[in-house]
Amino acid sequence: MSVATQDTAVSTGRATRVLIYLILLLFALFYLLPLYVMGVNSLKPLEEITGGNMMALPGQWTLDPWRQAWSTAQIGVEPTGLKPYFLNSILMVVPAVAISTIVGALNGYVLTKWRFRGDTWVFGLMLFSCFIPFQIVLIPMAVVLGKLGLAGSVPGLILVHVVYGIGFTTLYFRNYYASFPTELIRAAQIDGAGFFRIFWRILLPVSGPIAVVSVIWQFTNIWNDFLFGVSFGGTSQPMTVALNNLVQSSTGVKEYNVHFAGAILAALPTLVVYIVAGRYFVRGLMAGSVKG
Amino acid sequence: MAATEADFRTRLQDWLPKLVLAPSFAVTLLFVYGFILFTVVLSFTGSKMLPKFDWVGFENYGKLFALPAWSTAIANIAIFATLYIVICTLIGLMLAIFLDQKIRGEGMLRPIYLYPMALSFIVTGTAWKWFLDPGIGLQRIMQQWGWESFTFTWIKDGDMAIYTIVIAAVWQTSGFVMAMFLAGLRGIDNEILKAAQIDGASNWQLYRRIVIPLLRPAFLSAFVILSHLAIKSYDLVIALTGGGPGRATEMPATFMYSYTFTRNQMGIGASSAVIMLMTIAAIMVPYLYAELKEKKA
Amino acid sequence: MRLFGKTLTATAALVMTTSLALAEDVEVLHWWTSGGEAAALNVLKEDLASKGIGWVDMPVAGGGGEAAMTALRARVTAGDPPTAVQMLGFDILDWAGEGALGDLTEVATAEGWDAVVPTALQAFSKADGKWIAAPVNVHSTNWVWINKAALDATGLGEPTTWEELVAVLDKMKENGITPLGHGGQAWQDATVFDGIVLGMGTDFYKAAFVDLDPAALGGEQMAEAFNRLIKLRTYVDDNFSGRDWNLASAMVINGEAGMQMMGDWAKGEFLKAGKVPGTDFVCIRFPGTQGAVTFNSDQFAMFNVEGDAAKAAQGAMASAIMNPTFQSAFNVVKGSVPARTDVPNDAFDDCGKKGMADLAEANTSGKLFGSMAHGHAAPAAVKNATYDVITAAFNGEYADGAAAAAALAEAVAAAQ
Repeated sequence: MSVATQDTAVSTGRATRVLIYLILLLFALFYLLPLYVMGVNSLKPLEEITGGNMMALPGQWTLDPWRQAWSTAQIGVEPTGLKPYFLNSILMVVPAVAISTIVGALNGYVLTKWRFRGDTWVFGLMLFSCFIPFQIVLIPMAVVLGKLGLAGSVPGLILVHVVYGIGFTTLYFRNYYASFPTELIRAAQIDGAGFFRIFWRILLPVSGPIAVVSVIWQFTNIWNDFLFGVSFGGTSQPMTVALNNLVQSSTGVKEYNVHFAGAILAALPTLVVYIVAGRYFVRGLMAGSVKG
Repeated sequence: MAATEADFRTRLQDWLPKLVLAPSFAVTLLFVYGFILFTVVLSFTGSKMLPKFDWVGFENYGKLFALPAWSTAIANIAIFATLYIVICTLIGLMLAIFLDQKIRGEGMLRPIYLYPMALSFIVTGTAWKWFLDPGIGLQRIMQQWGWESFTFTWIKDGDMAIYTIVIAAVWQTSGFVMAMFLAGLRGIDNEILKAAQIDGASNWQLYRRIVIPLLRPAFLSAFVILSHLAIKSYDLVIALTGGGPGRATEMPATFMYSYTFTRNQMGIGASSAVIMLMTIAAIMVPYLYAELKEKKA
Repeated sequence: MRLFGKTLTATAALVMTTSLALAEDVEVLHWWTSGGEAAALNVLKEDLASKGIGWVDMPVAGGGGEAAMTALRARVTAGDPPTAVQMLGFDILDWAGEGALGDLTEVATAEGWDAVVPTALQAFSKADGKWIAAPVNVHSTNWVWINKAALDATGLGEPTTWEELVAVLDKMKENGITPLGHGGQAWQDATVFDGIVLGMGTDFYKAAFVDLDPAALGGEQMAEAFNRLIKLRTYVDDNFSGRDWNLASAMVINGEAGMQMMGDWAKGEFLKAGKVPGTDFVCIRFPGTQGAVTFNSDQFAMFNVEGDAAKAAQGAMASAIMNPTFQSAFNVVKGSVPARTDVPNDAFDDCGKKGMADLAEANTSGKLFGSMAHGHAAPAAVKNATYDVITAAFNGEYADGAAAAAALAEAVAAAQ
């Protein structure tokens, strides 16, 4: 875990450096382009979009599309905007991310520090859950949720996201804890510390970087999920379903500016998470998961 | 009395780790392997709208491989997965190496490269669909800017549309791959590089001979993540082309979804799912086996 | 005794209030999320609210209800179906076949639905003699919407045969506009093809698309129908693929394109753009299909619900849907025509009145057919199989119409 964090020792010439900066900037433009298109067009009146150039800055700046998308756009029978769905998403995402991260941390702890016969098999089997296409689990999942009495409810949705998230979180924490010196654990054990005490006092305090990776990963996946939300969300549908209703409406004038504003609004939480926690993200990846 | 209590406590401590792991394992057995088994069973039944258990043998598989759309889907996933994985890896590696050269503004650039991964398919799809549409997007912009003969109609062209999906998919994940390689690069001990430099190795040789071989774990992780994203790619296709023009951009995941849920031919949908799962297993199992065996040693 | 009587009234009052409070909510799954449709649906919601019935909204838009149907499947499998679900054609019968639908016969008999709902519609609202769904509207799909100025510029009249249609399209091409505004999505291609097939004779349409007769599906007439479809492709601009239908309507509205072949919902786009039927645009039946109508009908299928209060709420909702006032109000907004034949046509415009008259005429003459493109002629598997072939043919993947017809017969056989 004591990896070198400084940049590479490789040195480059002046011309090469100019070229490198140029390429890096070009790619930055490539990545920013769609965001620019959405942002700029969400600040224009509709006529400017249909009649003008989509790259052009607004001739007349307006925040109305944003206001509409948030509070008055037609999502269902009533023109509520995306506002009420935002809360639905939060109520689902926060517990789901928290539970799957904690469970993943405990699993990783057991799989590296309390090893038993066949533990790699258990881990291998759990890992395969990351690769299952979600479309195939829809029907059997509905049966199970129905039996549990959780169909069409927020707890049901949380359960689904936790189930298909623990594969990833376990992988992250296991690889991270693998490089933590096991001697420290043994020493603490000799001192009489129990299972949870060791986890709480020794491992948890150093888990920051990998917890960030796990939280970012889970938060984005769950926030952006549409399939489970639309199938199991019942009447507390998440933001993605509402956004889909907004942009997919079958008849009537397509209000592209409102659609773009809504799309950015729906993406805002995950964008904030990436920008705020982005620097820790690379550090967390570095600290474990990539080294495998 | 005290002895038995202590005894109980040690026993509990012995069992505790397994007890902690047990729920996750049980849940995985049911929700992953149970459901896979369910799908396999379903693929041998004549299920239409809802699951039914009338055994039809291999009939669904026969029908599946006779459908031209399934062949299209297989051909498409081959093109898409190859290009997507190769291009993402190349771009990711290049950006990571460049960003690693003590670049000023790295803190600005990194989130810019990473943010597409944060967006949902509806957002990515609508934005790219717009941008690639000849009538309103890139083609029209170029023509408005004076380049009258500029044409870019891939998204409307049955032979080229699959490549627009590659573009959008690369846009979405190459930054993430960059982060994985960057993490790998930062983990390399600089002393090794310095020693090689003293030996007179050029930068090119340095990367080719020393750095890239050291990045092997990052390559493997990138490959696994990218290949499973490629096989699962459903959302982006639906949002960008809806499987069109015609059915030119049909993929196994979209195929499976449409037969199971909109065409009421659940049996055929399940058999395509089984083929997909077998493909995933063929890629993942050797990887997992190698990884886990290495760990044990 | 007095005391007893008092208690009894008190109890009765109590029972009444409880039953009012218990008059349960209806949970409604639908994909009408755009402004006009949602506003029309809101009429229904408020009507129910006045009867003390709450409305729990579950909107799922996208793909003509495909996403909604996936959500529905999950809900039914979980044993937690919504009260009412917006649904089209054979989907209703398929769900009835699964035993998932409730029974509206009591309400229907009391209100005499049998006498006022066209027989062709009842085929989808009833199963085994029981009413299972309440139809909201009838859309007819064999319309052509023509820009009046573009038509006048050709010097030709409204086309009534295939040959006249081709002449008009050729002339429009000469005049330098895109003759046919079209969006390349499977259901739009299929909507056009419905018109072509129906234009070759109602018997042929019925044999091929309703009875699924292999000889009709793969025969010479079908080959000719595909040749016509391939011919129409030459009148469409190159940027058509994936275009939404309302953008194609917009092309006709602003004169960029000459005409669009689309169901009656396209009218809403023209009206919203301030265009007047008869002066700015004309609506005609697909040439050769005069007197015949292909339709699709949105219905609310009623699912099995538990408890008397829930059943009562469901019945009240069905009754409110069938109310002539609601039928008129909703369909004026939606551009369709009412699902019952006794609704006065005062509130409708010229195209709407024509639609209502055509529907009544086709209903009596037996020329009212379910639309294949919209899932009212054959079950989903067959419908989608025809989509595959029609779209492939439109995109030029077959050498000629005969090859496409052969592929159609094969695809339909495989899907059955």
